[in-house]
Amino acid sequence: MSTFLQNPIFIISFTFFCYYVAQEIQKRTKLIILNPILVSIIIIIVFLSIFHIKYEVYHEGSKLIEFFLKPAVVALGVPLYQQLEKIRKQTLHIVVSELAGCIAGIVSVVLIAKLLGAPKEIVFSLAPKSVTTPIAIEVSKAIGGIPPLTASVVITVGIFGSIYGYAIMKWIKVHNPVSQGLSMGTAAHAVGTSKSMEISPTFGAFSSLGLIVNGIFTAILTPYIIEIMSLWIKF
Amino acid sequence: MIKQCVIVFGCLALGEFAVSMTGLKLPSSIIGMILLTVFLKLGWIKLKSVKGISDFLAKNLALFFVPSGVAIMLYLDILKDSLLPIIVASIGSTIIILAVTGWVHQIIRKKL
Repeated sequence: MSTFLQNPIFIISFTFFCYYVAQEIQKRTKLIILNPILVSIIIIIVFLSIFHIKYEVYHEGSKLIEFFLKPAVVALGVPLYQQLEKIRKQTLHIVVSELAGCIAGIVSVVLIAKLLGAPKEIVFSLAPKSVTTPIAIEVSKAIGGIPPLTASVVITVGIFGSIYGYAIMKWIKVHNPVSQGLSMGTAAHAVGTSKSMEISPTFGAFSSLGLIVNGIFTAILTPYIIEIMSLWIKF
Repeated sequence: MIKQCVIVFGCLALGEFAVSMTGLKLPSSIIGMILLTVFLKLGWIKLKSVKGISDFLAKNLALFFVPSGVAIMLYLDILKDSLLPIIVASIGSTIIILAVTGWVHQIIRKKL
């Protein structure tokens, strides 16, 4: 039994099964909190703990599903291409709002974590939390954070954004569809973009753009922002 | 279908190549996404020769995040130690980003 539970084919089918069940749960209950990614992760973690299956064993099997993450991000180039004309017309608007969002995001997460008494390494691990994992990990390393912690926070932020992002934007009166898509990609990277793709390819395109531009800005600016903040704050 | 795979994986491979040649600090997948957009724009790739697979992949993007999300179980201890600052700072900052990006974009698209 326990060797079967460690069989990669079982792990792959189980992951598909959990995601399918999670999708059905959301369809039937219509509760946004029951996000399929969140629900499947919880089911899988509980399952692994009950049957004492190590994460490494799960990871070995689930690699094949994770493998599709990269080509799926490449595929976002299609909706992006379809919106290229619209993007070209408002390049300046996009660059300015992305820059504002990027700086506001880094400064705010660092300030709040510091005010609440988080130790230095934790504060720095949070700084790149809004961008896609590979970029976030590099930035975290560069400024002295804990990369695996960053990776966990990045995915959690993405799930939070994809659950509440559109509701929050409605509440704070961000109504324009381009602004919404862009903000979603900026705040919640590819996980948020997966939510945008479910709404429509147009939202998906601007979300993709948000995640690209914020990813680039965050990679370049974070070390300088931390350096400037260090002039006033003792980390 | 095979041709579509060649295109998507080809762009990804070019992305990997660019990263290994230049030491660029960007993920190969994002470079691949930008390359695919550029190739479509230049007309080197026709939309219909990539539409099927890219629709499938992009629509199921969320599923592909599940395995890396499960990795959180390894770091529950570090997360637990600073749970409050991590949660409040992450959520607060996410709302701030949505507001700042959205508002700035809405304001300047009317003014400029």
